[in-house]
Amino acid sequence: MEILVCIKQVPESNKVEVDPVTGVLNRNSAASKMNPYDLYALETALRLRQELGGRVSVMTMGPPQAEAVIREAYAMGADDGWLITDRRFGGADVLATSYTLSQGIRRAGPFDLILCGKQTTDGDTAQVGSEISEALSLPALAGVLRILSAEAEAVTVEMDLTDKVETVRVSLPCLLSVEKDIAQPRLPSYVRKQAMKDTPIHRLTLADMEDTDPAHYGLSGSPTQVQRIFPPESNHKQEKWTGDGPELTGRLFRLLKEQKLWQGGR
Amino acid sequence: MAKLIFHPEHIPDKAAFAALCPFGAIEVHGDAIEPTAGCKMCGLCVKKGPAGAAEMVQDAPAPRVDKSAWRGILVYADHVEGALHPVTFELLGKARELAAEIGHPVYALLLGDGVSAAAEELTHWGADRVLVYDQPPLRDFRLDVYTAAFADAVEHLRPTAILVGATTVGRQLAPRVAARLHTGLTADCTVLRMEKNTDLVQIRPAFGGNIMAQIVTPNHRPQMATVRYKVMDAPTRQPQGSGTVESRALPPEKLQSGVTVLSVTPKPAEAGIENADVLVVAGRGLRKESDLQLLRDLAEELGGQLACTRPLVECGWVEARRQVGLSGRTVRPRLLIACGVSGAIQFVAGMNHAGTIIAINKDENAPIFKTAHVGLVGDLYEIVPALTQAIRADKEARP
Repeated sequence: MEILVCIKQVPESNKVEVDPVTGVLNRNSAASKMNPYDLYALETALRLRQELGGRVSVMTMGPPQAEAVIREAYAMGADDGWLITDRRFGGADVLATSYTLSQGIRRAGPFDLILCGKQTTDGDTAQVGSEISEALSLPALAGVLRILSAEAEAVTVEMDLTDKVETVRVSLPCLLSVEKDIAQPRLPSYVRKQAMKDTPIHRLTLADMEDTDPAHYGLSGSPTQVQRIFPPESNHKQEKWTGDGPELTGRLFRLLKEQKLWQGGR
Repeated sequence: MAKLIFHPEHIPDKAAFAALCPFGAIEVHGDAIEPTAGCKMCGLCVKKGPAGAAEMVQDAPAPRVDKSAWRGILVYADHVEGALHPVTFELLGKARELAAEIGHPVYALLLGDGVSAAAEELTHWGADRVLVYDQPPLRDFRLDVYTAAFADAVEHLRPTAILVGATTVGRQLAPRVAARLHTGLTADCTVLRMEKNTDLVQIRPAFGGNIMAQIVTPNHRPQMATVRYKVMDAPTRQPQGSGTVESRALPPEKLQSGVTVLSVTPKPAEAGIENADVLVVAGRGLRKESDLQLLRDLAEELGGQLACTRPLVECGWVEARRQVGLSGRTVRPRLLIACGVSGAIQFVAGMNHAGTIIAINKDENAPIFKTAHVGLVGDLYEIVPALTQAIRADKEARP
């Protein structure tokens, strides 16, 4: 089975602040890592390969430094890696990002199965997987809890729908977004990292795509525009209590009692 | 194609200029300076750099859309076997407000099998016109056929804006529909406003919620947004329904799916943190897993539930369904007691609509005190068990 896992490099920490006067964004650290939710998708792919044979490829879109997450995926067991990188892809919103990835997938494929993580920790939208599936006209499922069986033409999975679990069979090729905890991700292996160190990473730029019209990518291909960014508000009616433990406990007890959260002791 | 051009002759201090970029996407090679593929085209370097240092060049005009050809606010009616999800009512309430700004109608879209009672119900919550696709192949949610029906409805109604609840169904359906319509979608909006020119102003937390972003979709219609449950206020149900119900059907060829639902297993009904009146939230200030019992005891005395922040889920102490925050659940309890919670904005974004927020933290500079209505600078290990005891004693002290 040919499996592709979409991965993303995200900041190690989301600690950013906006300077309220200048409006400039201050990032505390430039350190980055693989989006933690993608590890579950990659692990799922590696287990399917073990069972069915085939290859696991990974793809990411980002600056040249995003190679690091492909190297990490190699060290976990991926066979092949694709980096989509081009200045002209900058400023992409969900639609343009998904379209760019779908173009990359057309170029790198065909794949039987495309796996995505639940969401990223920086964008937090959980929308890209679903939009990729549309751009590729593939059936898609999100909230995948477990893969029950996988064959050449179809996979059967359990899908989470909040208050029920559906067992669903979906024909291949298809795209699945997996939940955290579908499989415990393995650690990267040093031996494997060394063995893969000369394995190249394929690079894709706009010129490599089927659609080379720059208007469909990056900021130009993005229907949404960020008008401004600003620090979140905090509440205004506020009190801060200090004192020793018993004093604070007593005050809190009286406050809660006024709220009539329990009966008795009138 | 928009692009960014640097003019090195106007950049005396190249290193300082590169440092302006929050994404580290400006590279300096001797005299040459240019943006890398990490550039998000945020334009901060244009705004904050020396005059003439950077410019954003548009070499193709933005696509034009005839905004007057798109009328109405459409709400997707989320339901489970005909039982409407309450986020639908909240969105109808918000849609009414937005529609009133521009004198547009409010529409609701309902997809399912045997859902006529739910369709009628929607007219009591502010929908002027309910569009129903009531067909057996729509009984279970399947992304491809639901997308086909949704796209058909949009073509039929041509609404200027579409609101979808960020439920497990909505989170899959909205993006697929947005991609089919080649339009913008903003996830998890916390504030929505309507401009007179029908542009929907969408505000959402970005960068893990540390920053708010105001987003518009100026050159595309419809404009799409998802909103989580309990973010908007629910309107009051009108005893008299005041809208019309219109039926439509998809032709059989659009009902083909690559997905077959083999079985549906209801999950055991568990009291979710979203519906709790009182939440006691555990944060990283807890020293060990067994100490969670202190908070569970307090929650039980208050008739509430235990919830937690992201790190406690990541270390496996608490189930993911109890996590409050952007990557967890949005909650709106009457009372929330945050114990040893630092107050990362990604957490705050999921709980700042709670009625009364109480925070207990030893660190008087913890950001949670910016959100809490009542902040106790103290040790949760001293306060929580003593408080539980006091409540127990009070309950036992009968008159």
